[in-house]
Amino acid sequence: MTSIEQNIEHRLISILEQVSDPEIPVLSIMDMGVVRSAIIEEGVVKVEITPTYSGCPAMDVIGDDIKKALKDAGYKSEIDLILHPAWTTDWITPRGRKALEDYGIAAPLEADADKDALFNGKRIVKCTNCSSQNTRLVSQFGSTACKAQFQCDDCQEPFDYFKCLK
Amino acid sequence: MKNENLYNCILGIADNSLILGQRMGELCGHGPSLETDIACTNISLDLFGQVRSYFQYAAKLAGDGRTEDDIAMLRKEREYKNVLLVEQPNTDFAYTLGRQFLFDVYHLMFLSELQKSTDLTLAAIANKCIKEVSYHERFSSDWVKRLGDGTEESHQKMQNAIDDLWTYTDELFHQTEADKAMVEEGIGVDVTKLKDNYYKNVKSLLDEATLKVPESKYFQKGGKEGVHTEHLGYLLSDLQYMQRTYPNMEW
Repeated sequence: MTSIEQNIEHRLISILEQVSDPEIPVLSIMDMGVVRSAIIEEGVVKVEITPTYSGCPAMDVIGDDIKKALKDAGYKSEIDLILHPAWTTDWITPRGRKALEDYGIAAPLEADADKDALFNGKRIVKCTNCSSQNTRLVSQFGSTACKAQFQCDDCQEPFDYFKCLK
Repeated sequence: MKNENLYNCILGIADNSLILGQRMGELCGHGPSLETDIACTNISLDLFGQVRSYFQYAAKLAGDGRTEDDIAMLRKEREYKNVLLVEQPNTDFAYTLGRQFLFDVYHLMFLSELQKSTDLTLAAIANKCIKEVSYHERFSSDWVKRLGDGTEESHQKMQNAIDDLWTYTDELFHQTEADKAMVEEGIGVDVTKLKDNYYKNVKSLLDEATLKVPESKYFQKGGKEGVHTEHLGYLLSDLQYMQRTYPNMEW
């Protein structure tokens, strides 16, 4: 897990942790790794966020939600969208991965395993309901661009898998 | 405009994604199955997201108050610089995926070079896009193989699509004056250098898909100079409808 170049002032962390990903409400944007920096300059909080996927429709909402959370805590803020360095699923924290799994979304595998699961028909993605690996790919693209659809052949549960992005 | 060449070069890149994104978006609610419908619209969404990054940058360069939306929605047909390939219609699912495949192979190679651009914004956008486009390329390749090496009917349909679309592939490797100027400055990608590998990669996958590589040496061009096939006009009338009917409306 890397969190390279992340620069967040300590007193802002608990505020930012209250903001959740609008598509995956159990996941805070901090655990998602989309906040790259948050510093206070002359009384204004400057926040840099980076999109998970270019077309992620949640980014505008996330920006607004951050502004609101900071305002409630008494801060003015400015939000900047940055593209570099590009977001990777490695930035999802261990707590974030657990939250995803509890919510019913399988957390991303490593790059090679991800390719095997999505393109070579390997049964390695664990079912979020019964933990069986007897699962199969239904579609390489799921309910949002960052997910693929799987189904468990043991308990029959359909579930999302968060695709590895590196 | 000071950076006119750069501006035009960016539009050339972005318009491919915009027009292809619109084509894939047309499948929303019309895909052959729910899963493929969602896949095609997700690809569309990725492409539109990428377009936003390019157009935001282009709008900044233009510096005349135009926004990303103005650039996307308010140009005339001749001002769009996309290649002819991406504007071709979704005739059937084989055409849709054949077109996607022929573009994805190019797109991936192009972005891989653009990552090395001396323009840091373009390099960052490319670095972001390439991760998404790798998924597109795997998806479309997968379908070309599945349909090509499928039933007699799916094979024939895939072959027809590749035969028809082949004539638009050579244009991918043409350079406009703006492109040439940007290559000189180390900002743009020299697409002429991608050609050999492109055809090598495409041919190897077509072989695997038991499809014939078209032999035709006749190629269509014009899109990069704004001279399009009749299909683009219809596409734009859909794309621009809201802005033309209710100017300046916002979501």
